[in-house]
Amino acid sequence: MTEVERHSYDVVVIGAGGAGLRAVIEARQRGLSVAVVCKSLFGKAHTVMAEGGCAASMGNANSNDNWQVHFRDTMRGGKFLNNWRMAELHAREAPDRVWELESYGALFDRTKDGRISQRNFGGHTYPRLAHVGDRTGLELIRTMQQKIVSLQQEDYKQYGDYEARVKVFAECTITELLKDGGRIAGAFGYWRESGRFVLFETPAVVVATGGIGKSFKVTSNSWEYTGDGHALALRAGASLINMEFVQFHPTGMVWPPSVKGILVTEGVRGDGGVLKNSQGERFMFRYIPDVFKGQYADSEDEADRWYDDADNNRRTPDLLPRDEVARAINAEVKEGRGSPHGGVFLDIASRLPTEEIKRRLPSMYHQFKELADVDITKEPMEVGPTCHYVMGGIEVDPDTASSSVPGLFAAGECSGGMHGSNRLGGNSLSDLLVFGRRAGLGAASYVESLAERPVVADADITAAAKLAVAPFDPPADGVDAENPYTLHTELQQSMNDLVGIIRKADEIAKALDKLGEIRKRIRGVTVEGHRQYNPGWHLALDLRNMLVVSECVAQAALRRTESRGGHTRDDHPQMDSQWRNTLLVCTSPGGDPLAPDVAVDAKPQDPMRQDLLELFELSELEKYYTEDELADHPERTA
Amino acid sequence: MGYDAKLKVWRGDNGSGALQDFTVEANEGEVVLDLIHRLQATQAPDLAVRWNCKAGKCGSCSAEVNGRPRLLCMTRMSVFDEDETITVTPMRTFPVIRDLVTDVSYNYTKAREIPSFTPPKDLEPGDYRMQQVDVERSQEFRKCIECFLCQNTCHVVRDHEENKTAFAGPRFLMRIAELEMHPLDVADRSDEAQTEHGLGFCNITKCCTDVCPEGIHITDNALIPMKERVADRRYDPIVWLGNKLFRRGEN
Repeated sequence: MTEVERHSYDVVVIGAGGAGLRAVIEARQRGLSVAVVCKSLFGKAHTVMAEGGCAASMGNANSNDNWQVHFRDTMRGGKFLNNWRMAELHAREAPDRVWELESYGALFDRTKDGRISQRNFGGHTYPRLAHVGDRTGLELIRTMQQKIVSLQQEDYKQYGDYEARVKVFAECTITELLKDGGRIAGAFGYWRESGRFVLFETPAVVVATGGIGKSFKVTSNSWEYTGDGHALALRAGASLINMEFVQFHPTGMVWPPSVKGILVTEGVRGDGGVLKNSQGERFMFRYIPDVFKGQYADSEDEADRWYDDADNNRRTPDLLPRDEVARAINAEVKEGRGSPHGGVFLDIASRLPTEEIKRRLPSMYHQFKELADVDITKEPMEVGPTCHYVMGGIEVDPDTASSSVPGLFAAGECSGGMHGSNRLGGNSLSDLLVFGRRAGLGAASYVESLAERPVVADADITAAAKLAVAPFDPPADGVDAENPYTLHTELQQSMNDLVGIIRKADEIAKALDKLGEIRKRIRGVTVEGHRQYNPGWHLALDLRNMLVVSECVAQAALRRTESRGGHTRDDHPQMDSQWRNTLLVCTSPGGDPLAPDVAVDAKPQDPMRQDLLELFELSELEKYYTEDELADHPERTA
Repeated sequence: MGYDAKLKVWRGDNGSGALQDFTVEANEGEVVLDLIHRLQATQAPDLAVRWNCKAGKCGSCSAEVNGRPRLLCMTRMSVFDEDETITVTPMRTFPVIRDLVTDVSYNYTKAREIPSFTPPKDLEPGDYRMQQVDVERSQEFRKCIECFLCQNTCHVVRDHEENKTAFAGPRFLMRIAELEMHPLDVADRSDEAQTEHGLGFCNITKCCTDVCPEGIHITDNALIPMKERVADRRYDPIVWLGNKLFRRGEN
């Protein structure tokens, strides 16, 4: 029998970013015992990297804003492929979730009348993002971390033990979800520090593990973003949707090479920064796509007036949704109008006074000064697209965040549907809060409804342990030993070059061949040393997740023969309304437990509820929908 | 552009360890963490280092470079001469787990001992009103990325293990100041700062401020104002007399 440390909880949350922590708070407030398991230290999750803000239609900066406007913006941003019910819940509930944070102690920037200040961002009709300078994510995560501490203090008063009902298992990695029959029964993993195994016996798991960016070479994501939750869920029998949609943030740093990909917040453009090519031209005016014609300023004068008078002018195309801006930058560079290091220029220096830049964008000032020797108050930044976010993820019920596997819930970036084919900036932090809470509630209700607890089988524990330590064994006869770092680099290069921002059928096929080769070679991955804090071993285990998730991305990307949001096919450059209502669903039919097979099937999405559909004008819907789909629209039947 | 950099990296665990010499390629624009990663990928695959964002935002990769507490991801190689040997060691104040990774649980224990934000009982979410100028003082302290370099460098605990139980450290004394200055926090915190969390240990040598990668004025803006509030409360003779006469301290 494998030596395993055992714990029993009502709910286990995997991931301690915004979604995970919000789920913990909710499940604990329902009176359940909760474990939160995270790969890093408590408070270091990727949410700290979020800069610009958290979108919520509080209407503090412009009283015309309301949830319906936010809902419309979100659907437009996602090119109408979003799960409309998720987009509705998100838009309706975001303001309450933000206000709630203030009662936990968050300190957002203020308006003159003392309310929460809101800033402009790409794709949002009105200033909508609650923010703290350009470190909003840090504020969110610290606030929820401190809220959890306050709940632990309450438990200490009641039980004499801070960890009576909420315990943080930091630097602990889950490698497998275990089931009893069809239901979740537990989660198996290891302590990073000691390498010892740990088993959580639990009827409900909330997966809140974030994204997959580490499958790409140029990314704004940290090492944690290896698609663990996506892969865990897939292996447990859940389905992933929309995996072909990967967001390349238009503005990552491009120089020096060691920082390539690090994020430059959209807040720079929200606060007046403009994109320019090597000829000094504000090129975005040439890239307003047909579906957004009429909604954006078509001259520099109007765009500049908009910052002060948004009611009588249209917004600058610098603030088009991210997919549009990223493609435009890509095109400018390709046509030879790029900056010296292969990006374009982002100029805030000539737009705002020095002191104002330092006040509004302190982290950006600091980041460029420290890492690139660039003073952004005096000279333009060089920026280019960087892999930032995956729209695809675990398919969930919008109201309860439940996956198709009983007891398995998902929230935040690792869930799919909410953002459709492209996420608007600022909608991620609000997504975390809205659906983190709903996942906590969903898990709590599920646990309360159970007549008996599922049981983890010993054989499953043994199998999970065996798979986890396999990299310490020499490879089987006839298999070459592989270095996990080398395989990871090859996988990143291949995804970056062949399934990146612009895609073609033959290149994606080449990437799938390469992934097939890595699938064979991953059996030979061998690591040195022992199990105590061994990064080579950790990478070897994360690599199997990155591989299977990359296959989902590549297979779905090959299948979708159109361009939409975060999926651009050079060989199918148009958006095709026949594809709008089609979801590509990834499942695993089985295969090698190390890296199971991936299958992709198409299925139609439920049609939007009529009252939501009627929030849009027919003329706009016609740009996205087929004629048949709109036959019953009241403007048609009237 | 590239050159061979000379590094000494401390390797070992809480039992024993030693500096190990490495020669590793360094390229233009790189930071110390890039070189540590290159060592992992090419020479020492099991070299343990904690890191996350590699952008100075998460505070994970704290260590000491040539004896100075720093974030490895924000320490540019260009600040050293090419022929200089760079010594990288784990934070000294916390027990080593392995190589550059230390056990920072002291900080999480201290975080739990600070009473949490206490809003007025009748204030509903959505009704919070605060002026920008009033939130800015606490906002400065909330820039903290919890890298714990201030805790590491503070001489009260750096070589005095015995002080750890009674001393919250600059990061968490600053947390008390942050809540004390929060426009809507109603808890009274200054007495406890002195009696429970060890504010009196601090003799304002500003080492914490010097190493803060976020440039927070920990000493001037958090610790000294807290000391002043404590002094007003505990040592002002008129307040002292008032407390005696009206027995305020006993309620």
